[in-house]
Amino acid sequence: MSGFLAGLCVAVLPLLAAGFWLGRRTARPENLGGLGTPVEHATFQTLHTASLAAPPLRAGLTEDTARRSARRLRTLLGTDALCLADDRRVLAWDGVGAHHRDEIAGHLAGPLRTGRGEAFRLTCGTPDCPLRWAVLVPLTVDDRVHGVLVACAPRESAVLARAAAEVARWVSVQLELADLDRSRTRLIEAEIRALRAQISPHFIFNSLAVIASFVRTDPERARALLLEFADFTRYSFRRHGDFTTLADELHAIEHYLALVRARFGDRLAVTLQIAPEVLPVALPFLCLQPLVENAVKHGLEGKAGTCRIRITAQDAGAEAVVAIDDDGAGMDPALLRRILAGEVSPSGGIGLSNVDERLRQVYGDGHGLVLETAPGAGMRITVRLPKYQPGVHSAGRLPAE
Amino acid sequence: MNSGYAVPAVVLVVVATVLVGAFGLRVSRTTSDFYVASRTVGPRLNAAAISGEYLSAASFLGIAGLVLVQGPDMLWYPVGYTAGYLVLLLFVAAPLRRSGAYTLPDFAEARLASPAVRRLAGAFVVGVGWLYLLPQLQGAGLTLTVLTGAPGTLGAVVVAVVVVATVAAGGMRSITFVQAFQYWLKLTALLVPALFLVLAWQGDGAPRHAFEEPPAFREQRTVRFDGTLDLRLVGPLTVTVHGRVDGRTLDGGRARLPAGVHRVESGTRLTFGPGARVPESVHGPDAGTLATVREERPLYATYGLILATFLGTMGLPHVVVRYYTSPHGVAARRTTVAVLGLVGAFYLLPPVYGALGRLYTPELALTSDADAAVLLLPDRMIGGVGGDLLGALVAGGAFAAFLSTASGLTMAVAGVLTQDVLPARGVRHFRLGALLAMAVPLAACAVVGGLPVADAVGLAFAVSASSFCPLLVLGIWWRRLTPPGAAAGMLVGGGSALLAVAATMAGYPGTGPLHTLLAWPAPWSVPLGFVTMVLVSLATPGRTPARTAAVLARFHLPEQLRAEVKG
Repeated sequence: MSGFLAGLCVAVLPLLAAGFWLGRRTARPENLGGLGTPVEHATFQTLHTASLAAPPLRAGLTEDTARRSARRLRTLLGTDALCLADDRRVLAWDGVGAHHRDEIAGHLAGPLRTGRGEAFRLTCGTPDCPLRWAVLVPLTVDDRVHGVLVACAPRESAVLARAAAEVARWVSVQLELADLDRSRTRLIEAEIRALRAQISPHFIFNSLAVIASFVRTDPERARALLLEFADFTRYSFRRHGDFTTLADELHAIEHYLALVRARFGDRLAVTLQIAPEVLPVALPFLCLQPLVENAVKHGLEGKAGTCRIRITAQDAGAEAVVAIDDDGAGMDPALLRRILAGEVSPSGGIGLSNVDERLRQVYGDGHGLVLETAPGAGMRITVRLPKYQPGVHSAGRLPAE
Repeated sequence: MNSGYAVPAVVLVVVATVLVGAFGLRVSRTTSDFYVASRTVGPRLNAAAISGEYLSAASFLGIAGLVLVQGPDMLWYPVGYTAGYLVLLLFVAAPLRRSGAYTLPDFAEARLASPAVRRLAGAFVVGVGWLYLLPQLQGAGLTLTVLTGAPGTLGAVVVAVVVVATVAAGGMRSITFVQAFQYWLKLTALLVPALFLVLAWQGDGAPRHAFEEPPAFREQRTVRFDGTLDLRLVGPLTVTVHGRVDGRTLDGGRARLPAGVHRVESGTRLTFGPGARVPESVHGPDAGTLATVREERPLYATYGLILATFLGTMGLPHVVVRYYTSPHGVAARRTTVAVLGLVGAFYLLPPVYGALGRLYTPELALTSDADAAVLLLPDRMIGGVGGDLLGALVAGGAFAAFLSTASGLTMAVAGVLTQDVLPARGVRHFRLGALLAMAVPLAACAVVGGLPVADAVGLAFAVSASSFCPLLVLGIWWRRLTPPGAAAGMLVGGGSALLAVAATMAGYPGTGPLHTLLAWPAPWSVPLGFVTMVLVSLATPGRTPARTAAVLARFHLPEQLRAEVKG
């Protein structure tokens, strides 16, 4: 049995050691080996440290991001202590001499007001404290001071002052990028809101007119339609979450079609073929309903007979493939391409290009709308939705059971 | 055995699977009624689909074979295969569903936001998938050999071709229905013959010495040895020999063999009389490696089996993707409970076959065909047209087992290959992925062999338990897990298990402690994976993903609560 135990230990120990070494190794990737001359090596090191400090700052200047980037920035400057502050207080202190925090906080007002850096001698009661001098550089975004970078050293140093100014400028650029990120997110949100606003006017007038026409003749029907209308508008004006599930989106399409049917009666025939496996797929909110609306419009346009619409959702491994077919008038592909490129803007074209753009934003350029059409041949719109995409989660709602 | 009924039964199962997958139930779901169309898959249907995909050749043939050869100790296999879902239910099911991940690499990315860990998890999915596919193909080969006498690899090729063709053609669209259908088919294919067999056993006077050691022949039986083998006799035995025993050539002469070990040469036929004790085959250095370990260190081997099966189920790629079909975390839990019921009910049957096999087909323990016991019993015990029909039913069920598990695994492996390994995405690449997913185990099937089906599946479970169990459990329940920690844990735990399994499958010779450890890696590789993951994570505290708290909240908060918080 002891031989057995010995075998066990022999087998386990090297593996443990290997795992630990691997973990340390992957955690410290700055080891560049013998690459290039010492100067080039130093350049690589500096660039690498700078690249490590960048990601936290891209989320803006907060206590957490300041703490994580201060460590890298101090390595970059090679000072004994480095401190980041926003426009009110000190956010993070990295290095020795954290007891100077309050003293530094007292000097913040100057750079914040003037937007210019300053340097001063630190007064210190501790005899072995290495920090005797500090340089404060403002972090400026769009001519507004957002915060201050402070570097402390044992003695006055023009080199350090210059270096601190350069680093502060680099940090400012990162903060500016963070600002840009935020405005881009706001733009996307605004676009989604715009799409929500877009579906309403025509549709609301038409629906209300239809409901009104039933109020006298068939009050029960009018009531049912009014409830459908309420459900649909509640869904489309919903504020929380940018994503929904295919099941919820189908319910919204159902409400929408109920209202359209009330208007067009038997002229609209819809068939569905939905694989139940893909119903939980998360997708951008209201990205199929505009496609159905488009199909209804094209299907009924310029012809007297019945319009057939077919909605299919298939399971294709790691993706769900949703296709919407109509047998309407179709369209010249060249014209369609120009509509999608935003060169021509006929009524209704904005819906498609908006959906296309949002899909590309969320899933990447490989997942835009695919349209197959020709004059007189109807139209098929295909969407491929990945079942999993980082960051895409439906704002969970338990489906009614 | 009469193949006049069995071959059409197998063909029928194959054709039915392909047709139901491609067309059948799609038509019934074509509707203009949104209420019908947007009904999600209920827990019971999904549970039947998971069970259908999960119950593989190992469950259908392997367990009965092991019980036949080794006796009731092997009941740990069905217990382990079922209990894995209990662990899954308690620790993983609902958070996994709430993570929104479709595959295990998706989960790794959702939790750790690291493409590198994602790729590593993908590599292990492929590894586990291949290990699991191998015994399915071997089981198919064995079944076809027993039914028709066709060469061993033909059945494997048939299953491989059918699966790749349906998967690559984009078939199996209504996969939930197909797999649920397969579960009920498999259950019927074992249950109905089992009822008849038990009746026949009753009619035979209900002999009760099934688990006596060693089993005995009930009637005169001729056994043909296809390889040279050592037999150990506990008492003297008189047999009729055609061939060479102990270096003596006899042609139809009766020989009285004293107690002890006797060498039977390849091609020899021995005829045992009624009541003769079944000799025990002594495993040579190159045969039945797992079994030798089981004899040497039964306690360690049992722990190895328990750890691998209890913790390995949650990392099986084809099981995990089925959870995506559940609409929410609560449904995922309910599904798992239903799976426990369905799988548990199924696993009552294979031991019945194993016990009856010890009574009526004990000679299978001598050769390496013990996995065929389920297929041979109806013919042996009932005989005639009835026996042939029941045999055909069992054969059809066995092929359903190979097809459903193999297609689920091929889908999972091909998905990972297309997404994370092959350069670009697209339908053509998915077909290439499906081909690649099947080609490797098929090639391996021709090279390695000889492991009992259930043991080979157990090895796949061991790798899954050492790599994905730490990732899932720590990923869901420990907020300090870091990407380097997860990567190191999977590499060290899963990688070492994979190496050990590869050595065992390649027939690494020898006995002793090292060999024991390699044959049953789970007792050391699972803790190793956990310890490495924890230590490396603690050593790299700066690498905790930024949104850990939010991600874990999403894993654990019920959906309803989340919607209320937001709304």
